[in-house]
Amino acid sequence: MITFDKVTKKYDGQIGIEDVSIDIEKGEFVFLVGPSGAGKSTFIKLILKEIDADSGSIFVDGQKVTELLSREIPFYRRKVGMIFQDFRLLPKKTVFENVAFAMEVVHKSKAQIKRQVPRILASVGIEDKADKYPDELSAGEQQRVAIARAIINNPTVLIADEPTGNLDPETAKDIMQLLDQINARGTTIVMVTHAKDIVDRMHKRVIAIEGGHVVSDKTGQYQYYKTIGGLRIHESDIL
Amino acid sequence: MKAIFYNIKQAFRQIGRNRGMSTASIFSITAMLLILGLFFIITVNLNLFTEVVKADYDLVEVYVEDDASQMTINKDIEDLKALDEVESITFRTKDEALKIMKKRWGESGYLLDSLGENPLPSSLLISIKNVDDAEAVIDKANALPGIESVKYYKETVEKLTKATNFLQTGSLIVMAFLVLVSIIVVSNTVKLTVFARSKEIEIMKYIGATNWFIRGPFLTEGIIIGLFAALVSSGLITLIYSKVVDIIGTDVVAILSSPLVPTDYLAGNLLIIFLALGISIGACGSIVSMRKFLDK
Ligand SMILES: Nc1ncnc2c1ncn2[C@@H]1O[C@H](COP(=O)(O)OP(=O)(O)OP(=O)(O)O)[C@@H](O)[C@H]1O
Ligand SMILES: [Mg+2]
Repeated sequence: MITFDKVTKKYDGQIGIEDVSIDIEKGEFVFLVGPSGAGKSTFIKLILKEIDADSGSIFVDGQKVTELLSREIPFYRRKVGMIFQDFRLLPKKTVFENVAFAMEVVHKSKAQIKRQVPRILASVGIEDKADKYPDELSAGEQQRVAIARAIINNPTVLIADEPTGNLDPETAKDIMQLLDQINARGTTIVMVTHAKDIVDRMHKRVIAIEGGHVVSDKTGQYQYYKTIGGLRIHESDIL
Repeated sequence: MKAIFYNIKQAFRQIGRNRGMSTASIFSITAMLLILGLFFIITVNLNLFTEVVKADYDLVEVYVEDDASQMTINKDIEDLKALDEVESITFRTKDEALKIMKKRWGESGYLLDSLGENPLPSSLLISIKNVDDAEAVIDKANALPGIESVKYYKETVEKLTKATNFLQTGSLIVMAFLVLVSIIVVSNTVKLTVFARSKEIEIMKYIGATNWFIRGPFLTEGIIIGLFAALVSSGLITLIYSKVVDIIGTDVVAILSSPLVPTDYLAGNLLIIFLALGISIGACGSIVSMRKFLDK
């Protein structure tokens, strides 16, 4: 579903990611972990074609992302849902309108919007909040709206950049459950996180990057290596 | 259709939110269209004047003395026709001359009725093969008997044409500047909206909105601003021009023997030109303001 083939991206000489090759299968749930500045956001921005790779190729759902023309990008992005730590809802729109907005953008009809938005709101468990504004909702509910918006157009891939970063552990757990359900229905999910407890509990594939390189790629535990004094030390050895 | 409605709704909402700046840009585009309109009016009238004069004075006009006999006149015509430089000659009687003048004065033609005896001379209208030979023909005509005077305005007409062309080029340059300034003004207004909605634009891009979908409401905002300015300025100019025509129109005909361009003709053209200009200025302004935002 997502393939990185020897991808390098530098910012004026500063390494974003370097010579990264990764294969993510359809229907996988993958955690992307690593310390600050490791290159996680760079990886995601490359998937979304927000930035261009310096070398290497990226494929998503059979499409060669690295060779997309700029007029093809919007149509490509409709296949990739996106959720963020800060939700990014439009404060002046209601929950219903926020989700409907994603359908208006892709020219869905009013009838389709009326039919599908309540359905998707129900599936993320906030059908009773349709007429509320984002600031009238709890953080967890806001993230549910964001998830509804991200999946309403049936993306093949869902990218989540620290979706639980602003949530308390209980709420985070609920959101993870929701993401797990979405994944179970076939959507490939890539989630960036710093939350060790979540990663360990979910027991999914974990890709750890550091300094722009993949340093570990295993199923199970949250793990990455810290380079201290020239030695690569497994995190579990520090704690 | 749905998309158009969506854009217009969004655009009006933005203009409402941005009332101060929107009004300011409508005013500045209006001001620039007014100046442009002034140039337009002057150019159009000058053009008309040149055309009228050209049609009249392309020929060498030989005025015949009132008491010259038909014999003398016929002899003169024969002599002139014999010249190599002459292409053709027409004879215009006093009555014909008066009729032509009346027609040209149009509504104020009645003024000529009070003249009593026709003061206009009969004339020979000579068209010459080559403008450069005019002098020779004029000299010859002056030397003939029964001739009162010879008039030839070719040079004056040419000077006038040159002046008109110069004015037209000048107006074009000034207009280009004004249009540029207006585009910058609009783009800055729309930029405010773009900044105010940058979060929304970013989200739209993540969702997969095409650039034209994102541009839509902003483009419409710019176009509406341009449209308003075009309507206000062409309305104002039409009003002022019709007043001017009312007040000095007949005097102009009497003095220059050339009429002013009629108000309705001018108003129609002005409206079309201003609408086209206003809309393109608005559209360009908003596209320019969004360029950076839609890079990626
Ligand atoms: N626009 C940019 N210009 C210059 N350097 C950048 C830019 N974006 C990222 N970098 C650099 O690239 C490297 C990787 O950054 P990236 O944002 O991918 O890290 P990250 O893993 O997302 O970190 P965090 O967990 O803090 O979000 C860092 O060294 C960063 O300083
Ligand atoms: Mg990051």
